[in-house]
Amino acid sequence: MGKPGGKKGREALLQGNEAVSEGAVAAGCRFFAGYPITPATEISEVLSVRLPQLDGTFIQMEDEIASMGAIIGASLAGVKSMTATSGPGFSLMQENIGFACMAEVPCVVVDVMRGGPSTGLPTSPAQGDVMQSRWGTHGDHSIIVLAPSTVGECFDVTVMAFNLSEKYRTPVIMLMDEVVGHMREKITVPPHEEISVYDRIQPTVPPEWYIPYENTTSGVPPMAVFGSGYRYHVTGLTHDVRGFPTTRPDEVDPFIRRLSRKIMLHLGEIQVGHTYQTEDARVVVIAYGSVARSARQAVREARQRGVQAGLLHLITIWPFMRQAVGRLAAEAETLIVPEMNLGQISREVKRVSAGRAEVVTINRVDGNLITPDEILEKIMEVSP
Amino acid sequence: MKPSTRLIHKYLRHDKKFPHVWCPGCGIGILLGCLIRAIDKVGYQKDNVVLISGIGCSSRLPVYVDFNTLHTTHGRALTFATGVKLANLGLKVIVVMGDGDAMAIGGNHFIHAARRNIDLTAIIINNAVYGMTGGQTSPTTPYGMKTTTAMYKNIEHAFPIAEMAVTAGAVFVGRGTVYHARLLDQLIEKALVKEGFGVVEVVSHCHTQYGKLNRLGSAVDMMRLQKEDAISVEKARDMEPTALEGKIVIGVLVDRTVPIYQEEYEKVRARSKGQVLAEDL
Repeated sequence: MGKPGGKKGREALLQGNEAVSEGAVAAGCRFFAGYPITPATEISEVLSVRLPQLDGTFIQMEDEIASMGAIIGASLAGVKSMTATSGPGFSLMQENIGFACMAEVPCVVVDVMRGGPSTGLPTSPAQGDVMQSRWGTHGDHSIIVLAPSTVGECFDVTVMAFNLSEKYRTPVIMLMDEVVGHMREKITVPPHEEISVYDRIQPTVPPEWYIPYENTTSGVPPMAVFGSGYRYHVTGLTHDVRGFPTTRPDEVDPFIRRLSRKIMLHLGEIQVGHTYQTEDARVVVIAYGSVARSARQAVREARQRGVQAGLLHLITIWPFMRQAVGRLAAEAETLIVPEMNLGQISREVKRVSAGRAEVVTINRVDGNLITPDEILEKIMEVSP
Repeated sequence: MKPSTRLIHKYLRHDKKFPHVWCPGCGIGILLGCLIRAIDKVGYQKDNVVLISGIGCSSRLPVYVDFNTLHTTHGRALTFATGVKLANLGLKVIVVMGDGDAMAIGGNHFIHAARRNIDLTAIIINNAVYGMTGGQTSPTTPYGMKTTTAMYKNIEHAFPIAEMAVTAGAVFVGRGTVYHARLLDQLIEKALVKEGFGVVEVVSHCHTQYGKLNRLGSAVDMMRLQKEDAISVEKARDMEPTALEGKIVIGVLVDRTVPIYQEEYEKVRARSKGQVLAEDL
């Protein structure tokens, strides 16, 4: 990942959504299909300008279902692809996100969260899609969900999203919130050659030996591109290793398990989180997205008041960082989970904590962000 | 083996477990034959063909043929096809859909794909019913007919697929029936070589569900109806609309030249790099 704030590179005052677009371009994204929706529209607008300059393609589709279908198609034809939306559109995309899980097609889906349900609060921040990002599409499946909290992270996490999607042949969801999407900050865009970009592994065996859905040790089979001479079948039906539909229990079971295994085997690489002053912390705040910024400020102020507070800032939301949270639950007395929802990640924290630490929530669903003061107040309240 | 049979076998996936899923007498098999003959005639390389489908009886077609094949979600085949084609213009993208797939759940995608004029070929096999789920009403079920969800007769009116494609902007639109297999060969061939969004509506039958409920007889009986009800585009032109009710107008409904999306997008790319095009002056 490029380091925002590094010496080299281009300084720019960008909006979060713009930084996502630039990160996508840097990661090698050359196809974007989308449908206008607040507060994600700027990503479409920027990429409609940027992609043709790079001989890439931007297309505005008739709806979000079509956008999701188009990016899967483009990815199968070998081009890194992305779409961006907000809650209502994200709901529409769910079926095809499941297709991308099933057919193991790399792609990146940005959901700039607004208040919900339904049309909700289009221009206000929320974090209500956390569970939807994990379980929005039906059936057992794996998925990776990442959440940036600053404009700099918007750039870096987008690159990370593409890399992980290519590496593990999975859709990767970027969960932003309206604050992160619309806020402007100065970032340093690293020179593209300094950004490490991962491209999917393609088969090297002769086409007649290629087994497109082979149960490899890593769990990720090489992916042939349409038109490259490896003719194979891609389907949303449960399929055998050759890609053909199957209902045989002895073929279905290992396939469905592999979809999860390929993610769970690589948690070390997929899970990214930042700890801040957690070493001796009695009270630890667990936060993500724009709320993590308020949380950091609150922890800083609590420390100034002599409270042993710390922060775990989650970048990777799913798969949930149970090991890191479990360690904190064992060491700290209280875990505070502030979220702009009625408690979604806090449920995971409670489950992992299993009574070892007290889990306290701060929830806001009024369209306003959670301020440092609110978190500080809670820290002071629970501190002995 | 007859040369015509050998030609079909050249394109089948022999490692795929046959028999296929279709009922004996189904028209989709005839369409598959027509499609293979047309592809062979125009000389596409297997590696360059991407055959895409949605969900339903017709959408099981790609799995049997040795191309790059993509069996997508219900109604969305054209959206996947849009991505595939725009990502690699060298690929020949053919989409096979059913009437429920293309006209109900995928109706919006269909009209927009036609409007955009992306260089694709869309083949819609129209048997007027949802076959795979057991014979429910589709957007092309004729008024007054019975289905398993219209046991008191269908009170909705059918979409004319080909005419809708013309209105939405498709540059080539043909309609044939599985009875008129030779004509279908030609229509598909024309749609394949046509630059832009080409549509072929294939009128077929579902004797297993629709035919049984409406006492229309066997597959052969229903194909006889296709023969009797068919009327050529040329003849139909001079007929009164009332005289055309219940008829199947077959042939080429439209064949026009409109710049394709990909060509237009090249202008976008040029302008994005600061080039001033003649038409912008």
